[in-house]
Amino acid sequence: MCFVNEIDYGTPAAKSDKTVTLSIDGKDITVPEGTSIMRAARIAGIEVPKLCANDMVKAFGSCRLCLVEIEGRGGTPASCTTPVAEGIKVSTRTERVQAIRRGIMELYMSDHPEDCPACAAGDCEMVKMAETVGLKEIRYGRAGENHIWPAHDGVANPHFMEPDLSNPYFAYDASQCIVCSLCVRACEEQQGTFALTVEGRGFESRISAGMHEPFLESECVSCGACVQACPTGALREKSVIEKGMPEWSAVTTCAYCGVGCSFKAEMKGEEVVRMVPWKEGKANRGHSCVKGRFAYGYATHKDRILNPMIREKITDPWREVTWEEAYAHVAKEFRRIQYQYGRSAIGGITSSRCTNEETYLVQKLVRQGFGNNNVDTCARVCHSPTGYGLKTTFGTSAGTQDFDSVEHADIVMLIGANPTDAHPVFASRMKKRLRQGAKLIVIDPRRIDLVRTPHVEASYHLPLRPGTNAAVLNALGHVIISEGLFDEAFIRERCEWDEFQDWAEFVMQPENSPEAVEKFSGVPADLIRGAARLYATGGTAAIYYGLGVTEHSQGSTTVMAIANLAMATGNIGRPGVGVNPLRGQNNVQGSCDMGSFPHELPGYRHISEDATRAIYEAIWGVKLDDEPGLRITNMLDAAVEGSFKGIYIQGEDILQSDPNTKHVAAGLAAMECVVVHDLFLNETANYAHVFLPGSTFLEKDGTFTNAERRINRVRKVMEPKNGYADWEVTQRLAQTMGLDWNYQHPSEIMAEIAATTPSFAGVTYELLELEGSVQWPCNEKAPLGTPVMHMDGFVRGKGKFIRTAYIATDEKTGPRFPLLLTTGRILSQYNVGAQTRRTDNVVWHEEDLLEIHPFDAENRGIRDGDWVKLASRAGETTLRAKITDRVAPGVVYTTFHHPDTQANVVTTEFSDWATNCPEYKVTAVQVTPSNGPTEWQRDYDELSRKSRRIVHVEAAE
Amino acid sequence: MQHAGTEIVSAVMPIIERWKHEEGPLLPILNGILREFGYVPREVLPAIADALNLSRAEVYGVVSFYHDYRENPPGRHVLKVCRAEACQAMGGDAVAERLQELLGITFGETAADGSVTLEEVFCLGLCACSPSAMLDGEVIGRLDEDKVQEIAREIRA
Repeated sequence: MCFVNEIDYGTPAAKSDKTVTLSIDGKDITVPEGTSIMRAARIAGIEVPKLCANDMVKAFGSCRLCLVEIEGRGGTPASCTTPVAEGIKVSTRTERVQAIRRGIMELYMSDHPEDCPACAAGDCEMVKMAETVGLKEIRYGRAGENHIWPAHDGVANPHFMEPDLSNPYFAYDASQCIVCSLCVRACEEQQGTFALTVEGRGFESRISAGMHEPFLESECVSCGACVQACPTGALREKSVIEKGMPEWSAVTTCAYCGVGCSFKAEMKGEEVVRMVPWKEGKANRGHSCVKGRFAYGYATHKDRILNPMIREKITDPWREVTWEEAYAHVAKEFRRIQYQYGRSAIGGITSSRCTNEETYLVQKLVRQGFGNNNVDTCARVCHSPTGYGLKTTFGTSAGTQDFDSVEHADIVMLIGANPTDAHPVFASRMKKRLRQGAKLIVIDPRRIDLVRTPHVEASYHLPLRPGTNAAVLNALGHVIISEGLFDEAFIRERCEWDEFQDWAEFVMQPENSPEAVEKFSGVPADLIRGAARLYATGGTAAIYYGLGVTEHSQGSTTVMAIANLAMATGNIGRPGVGVNPLRGQNNVQGSCDMGSFPHELPGYRHISEDATRAIYEAIWGVKLDDEPGLRITNMLDAAVEGSFKGIYIQGEDILQSDPNTKHVAAGLAAMECVVVHDLFLNETANYAHVFLPGSTFLEKDGTFTNAERRINRVRKVMEPKNGYADWEVTQRLAQTMGLDWNYQHPSEIMAEIAATTPSFAGVTYELLELEGSVQWPCNEKAPLGTPVMHMDGFVRGKGKFIRTAYIATDEKTGPRFPLLLTTGRILSQYNVGAQTRRTDNVVWHEEDLLEIHPFDAENRGIRDGDWVKLASRAGETTLRAKITDRVAPGVVYTTFHHPDTQANVVTTEFSDWATNCPEYKVTAVQVTPSNGPTEWQRDYDELSRKSRRIVHVEAAE
Repeated sequence: MQHAGTEIVSAVMPIIERWKHEEGPLLPILNGILREFGYVPREVLPAIADALNLSRAEVYGVVSFYHDYRENPPGRHVLKVCRAEACQAMGGDAVAERLQELLGITFGETAADGSVTLEEVFCLGLCACSPSAMLDGEVIGRLDEDKVQEIAREIRA
C-alpha cells in the first residue's frame, strides 16, 4: 500500500512552443518560454521553499519565501512570479536568500500557534517550511498582538476569530491562517465562484467567505478547492481532523455525474479519510465538486443493506437469507416463470452507476442466460436520443470532443443543460474559458446560473417555452442559411451535399423563420437571429447540451437539429468545436457502449447483424435472438398485460426515476419475481421479492466511461461491506442458472469486451495503468484512444443532414392545466438522491421546491414557502413553493431528489418518438395552494414503511 | 429593518446606474454612496455586486480594505487627525490626546449625541504645517491648544 504523491510544480505549466535554457544552482534546464523560475527549478529537481503558490493557480508572489538571486540582476526576485530567461544563472540557496527566508518565516511563526494541531499531524506546511529554511528561534515571541489566543491576561483578543464550523465537511480556523490568499485564488481561478476574499488590510486582513459570513451562508459551493490549496491547517477537512491523516491512497473515479473526475481515495486502513481530486485526471484536471469531494459517506451509511433478503409477497416483511439461498431462489423463480410464461417473460436492467464490466455481465446474463434481448438501461430515460441522433447523423453514439476542447472554444452554445448544478467540474472549466473571453449562448426555459454569474454573462439567453427546442434550432438554421453563414467548403468536403440542400430548403420554409417560431416558442426573433449569427461567425463554436434536449417527445429530432447546425457551420472535427452531450451519470456512456439496449450488442452493433451475433455466439456458445427485446416501458406494459413476470434490476431506482410513477408501480406489482440489486432499500425495492445487496465504487475494481468517452479506472480501496462486488453477484447468479462463467477479476471481463468489440479492441487494464485513461475508439488505428472524433471524416463516411420538422408535443396546456412543468437537478443532490440524501449534503437542500414566477404565484394566492399542490393529467403531489423570476411566467420547475415529493407522479408517459426517452421536461400542470401531502403521498408513505420491515436472521430462528 | 434596507438599496440605485457602464466602476460607485450617505451601508453591497456581476465577497473585500468606507453613519461632523510621523514629531500625540479628551470619545468612535466621528488618518500631505487635522473635508494646520479648543467648540455648536 502506497501513498499517491503528486509533484507540485508551484506554478501552472506555460504553453509555448519556444523554449528557454537557463541554469539553476549550476544545473542546465530547458523549459517552455513563460515558465516561472520556481517551476523550472522543480522540473530540475530543486524545491524552492514556498507557501503561497501551487501549480493550480497563477503565481501571486505574496509569501516571499521563494526568493532567489539571479546573476547580474539586483535584488532577490520571487521565483514564482519571475519568468525564465535565456542564459540566466539562478541561485536558490545563497546565504543571502536563506537569511531572508529565515527572517520571513520567523515573522510568520510569531503569529502561528506553537501547538498547531495541523502542524503536528503533518497537514500544515508551516513547521515543514520552518525546518526547510532552518528557523531556530522566534525572537519576537508570541506575547504581542496576534491572531492565536482567544484572550490574553483575561482580556478578549480583538483579532481572534472563532473557528467557522458551519460547513459540514471542512473547518476554517483563522488562527492558523497566514492570509496567503491561495484559497481566494483557487475559488476564483479554479472553481470560478469568487466566494472568498481578503477582508480588511494589514494586520487586520483575514480570509472571509462572502461578506464576513459563515461559509455555509456565503456564496461558497463547497467544491473543496480552497481546502486543497490551503498550505496551513486553516482550512481542513473535518474528516481529517477527526480521523487523522491518511496512510495510503489509490486513484479512482468518482461515481456521481458523467464528468468522471479522477480522485485519490486517501485511506486509513479500510476507511476513507478524504477524497482528493487527482491533478493528472484528464477529465477534471485536479478539480472537484461537493459531491465527489465530500459526499461519499453513503458508502458506510447505516441504511445500507448487507444481507440478501427474500419475501413471498411484497406485503410480507423481508427475511434475511444466505447468498446461496438467494441465488437459488432467483434461478428457480426465473426458470419457473420462463417455463410458465415463455422465454421472454423475464428481463434485466443494467445500471449506469455500475462499472462497464458489471453492465456487460448483466446484458450477457440476459442474452446468454435468459435467451432473449429484454435488457434496457436508465440511459433510456436520459440520453437514448443522443445515441440515436448522433449515430444517424455522424455515425457514433457519443460526444465528439474531450473536455479539454472547451479551452479552445470561442463560442459555447449551451442547450437544455445546467452544468453549474449537474456537471459542476466541467462548468468550472467552461467558466474559466468564458472569463478568458469566449462568448456564451444559453438556450433554456430557465435562467440558469450561467446566464449571469460573477464574471460570466451570456451574450444571448433564449428563454424558450419547454418543448420548442427543435423549432428554435430550426430557426437558427434558417438564419444561417438565409444570411449565407454556412461553411460551404466544409459541407461539400465532409457531408452529403444533396442532403444539405434538402435541409437548407427545409429550414428556409416560412414556418421555420425566427418570426414564425417566436409566436409559439416565446423567444424574440432578434434574439434568435443574434444567436445564430454569433454561433456561425464567432470562431470555433462548440455545442454542449443536456437532458433539456433529450427528455422530450422530440428529443431525437433536437439532437439531429443540433448536429445539422454543427455540420452546416463546419464546427466538427477539431479542438474547440463539436457536439457534446453532458451525460448525467458516471457510467451512462459506458452502459450504452456495453450493449445495454434491447436492440444493440456492445459497441452499438444492431442485434440483427448476423456477423456481430456470430462473434458472441461463438464465445458464449448459445444461439442469440436476432429480434430486439423489450424496452423498460414495454416491459412494464407487458407486465400489466400479464406477459412479463420477472426482472433483475441492477442499481437503478426505476420507481422514482422513471416517468408516471403509478404506471411503474402497477407494472412492478404485476410481476412475480422482482430482483433488486442495490445499496439501499430504494423505492423500487418496495415492489421487490428478492433483494441482493450491492457494493459501492469504493469496493470494487472496474472502469467507468465518462461523457467524453474516457475509460477511467475504478479501484477497490475497501472490501465490499456486503461481501461481494456487483460483478461477482451477477456471476454467481449466472452460475446458479447454469452458465459457465469464470471471471477471476474485472480485467478478464474487459478482455472479453475488447476481444468482441472493435471500438474497444485496444483497451486493457495494462494500458489504463500506463495512460491513466483512454477515450474510445481505442484500437489498431488509434492505439492510445481518440480525444476528438470525426477529425478526417465522419465515422459514417459523410455527415448526414436530416429534416427536423417541429411537431408540438401532445402534452398541451389548457384551462385545467395551464402551466408547464420542467424538471432538473441541484448541485448538492444527485438524481433520486439515494446517495446524497444519506450524506451531509442535505444541509444545502432538504426538500424539493417548486419554482414559480411571481406573476403566476400572485394569481393563485401563493406566498414564498407555502405548500402547494402540483397536479397533472397523470397525478398530483405536494411540495413547497419558491417564488422566483428565474422561470418565465407560465413555467414552473422542480427537482426530483426526494422520494416524499415524487415529482414523477406528475410526469406523463409521452416520450421521444424514436427512443421512448420520457418527456420529463414538459408536463402541463396546475398549481394550487394546499395544506399538506396528497392521498398518494400518504398511501405511498404507508406502503414504504410496511415494505421496509426486515426480520433479521437471528430473530427468525 | 428589512424595509429600511430595501429603501437604502433603492436610494443607491441611481448612483450604481450612473457609474456601472464606466470602466472600473466599483470605486466611483462607493465614493458616490459615501458622498451621498456619509457611509457605505452593508445592505447595499449585494446590490452593487449584482449590478457589476461581481460576487458579494469581492465587493466586500474592496469595501473593507478602505477605512473611509465606514459601515455606520458618521456624526454630523467628521474629524480626522493625522497620526503619521511628521505630525507626531511636532507634538501630534498630545494634540490627539487633547482632542479625545475634549470630545469625550476615542478614535474610531462617534459621540453618543451624534455630533462627531473621530478618526485617525495617516498623513494628510500637510507635513509642512504639522500637526494637522481635517474637519469635514477642510484641513487645519499647526494645531495648538487654541485651535483644538476652537475645533471642539465648532463641533458642539
